[in-house]
Amino acid sequence: MADISLGGAPQNVGSIQSHYMAQVQRSRLYGGLTLLVFIVLMVSGFNVADDRNAGGFWDGLHQIGDYPADVLSEAWEKRTDLPGLLAKYFPALVETINIAAVSTLIGAIGGLFLSLLGTRGLAKWPRLIPLFRRISDVMRAVPEIVIALVLIFVLGGGPVPAMIAIAIHTAGALGKMFSEVAENADLKPVEGLTSTGATWSQCMLLGVLPQVAPNYVSYTLLRFEINIRASAILGFVGAGGLGYELRNAMAWGPGRFDEAGAIFILLFGTIVFFDQVSSRYRNRLTEGQGQ
Amino acid sequence: MLKINALTKRFGDTTAVDAANISVDKPTMIGIIGRSGAGKSTLLRMLNRLSDATAGTITFEGEDITALRGAAKRSWQTRCAMIFQQFNLVPRMDVVSNVLHGTLNKRSTLATLFNLYPQSDIHKAIEILDRLGIAEQAPKRAEALSGGQQQRVAIARALMQDPRIILADEPIASLDPMNAQVVMQSLRAIHEEDGRTVIANLHTLDTARRYCGRVIGMREGRIVFDGVPQQLTTGVARDIYGAGGDFSEAATSTEIETLDRQEVREAAVIA
Repeated sequence: MADISLGGAPQNVGSIQSHYMAQVQRSRLYGGLTLLVFIVLMVSGFNVADDRNAGGFWDGLHQIGDYPADVLSEAWEKRTDLPGLLAKYFPALVETINIAAVSTLIGAIGGLFLSLLGTRGLAKWPRLIPLFRRISDVMRAVPEIVIALVLIFVLGGGPVPAMIAIAIHTAGALGKMFSEVAENADLKPVEGLTSTGATWSQCMLLGVLPQVAPNYVSYTLLRFEINIRASAILGFVGAGGLGYELRNAMAWGPGRFDEAGAIFILLFGTIVFFDQVSSRYRNRLTEGQGQ
Repeated sequence: MLKINALTKRFGDTTAVDAANISVDKPTMIGIIGRSGAGKSTLLRMLNRLSDATAGTITFEGEDITALRGAAKRSWQTRCAMIFQQFNLVPRMDVVSNVLHGTLNKRSTLATLFNLYPQSDIHKAIEILDRLGIAEQAPKRAEALSGGQQQRVAIARALMQDPRIILADEPIASLDPMNAQVVMQSLRAIHEEDGRTVIANLHTLDTARRYCGRVIGMREGRIVFDGVPQQLTTGVARDIYGAGGDFSEAATSTEIETLDRQEVREAAVIA
């Protein structure tokens, strides 16, 4: 052995080796048991779900392609109508995007306040931090579709209940994400501004927002993508927009599958488009700043 | 054995390494010195194939290293271990697991997932740790160790690869003088006892002079000096570092004994 063992080796190597091997054996045993439990849970959970299913998973599995095949074949037969249908449903698409955009904007503003009021070190009323945190928890815990159903019941069908429902969920979700960013913000500028006699809102505006703005905008854009999908889904429960038309087209069954096809094309196209645009902007915001 | 021919690396308009030529015939301990940004790290990273060369070739025993892809490239990386300034261990895993990472090239991803290392490898890892004097740290998490200990774990990981060449990128730059000495002595011992080639980027002249059999000086991407430590006069050192007449070797020293030297005391008094 080399004479470099400056740390000294009071224990001999053999005992360290056997100790470590025992430790490895134990962790392997635990790992194996965890894996076993996982497999048992997977198999039993699957069986329970399969038993309670109306059909059977294995019986239905080979039919999984039937419906899309019907839709596609009918849409293909009537492909000459497609441009006309795309034009017909374009206003509905605009409505869907509108719902998503307005609700994202309102939700982001709500989330901004919730996050600043619910972050330790930044909050105006430190004692109320738990309150604002619970508010944002509740807002994002309730699914959009539940809020939308209640509001449609109260306000009647249309885009406004959908917008409010998505805005509430967005405010809760963004409030959480925003406050995680704000927690890592440097507090020195805030202290500097407070020392000049600035108010809380001035401190937040000039001390915190410039630091967190790129991340906030990036999260908001991500949320906008999610909200386009959400507003399309809410159409299914009568909140207007593309989802409403899609439900009608699909519920009528064969005969209107060409319309369903056109709506799918519009929806996929829009989601891919906004995905691409916003991911490009988010990359620019988070990586190459000032370039 | 190892031959580097006109190796060049460009990042946009800047040339980090400019047509470097190095030839190593027998296992040697080589120190590369130069200012920050002289291209030392880039050179080592190209040797390990962490980054690709813009032009030029690296040949090891007749094999063109720069042309390797996929599995052949990973196999070369096993034979050419690397040690980093910030140790680059997995902080939350225990010391022995970190050392066993040196065998990853031989293991499948599935075996790695379930931590199935053969007992012989585990024993060998602990023997290597014992050789470096840190065997009793074996079951601890890597992040719980001091910097010097972590760097020795990194050396143990490199040894576990059983490499022909060990590259060390500023191995002692984050360590205090005492630990720096231990780490450099370990690298020297590995070179002498195992006959492995060690190539270390160093930022202090006296370390290079003391531990290395050959010193290469780089300035602005070019190799401006290549010789034995005895040829490394103060004039040559000034040229490598691009320093003026006020440059003194002691000023860059991390050795404890330097503090007793007369010129340093005088410098301290003036300052």
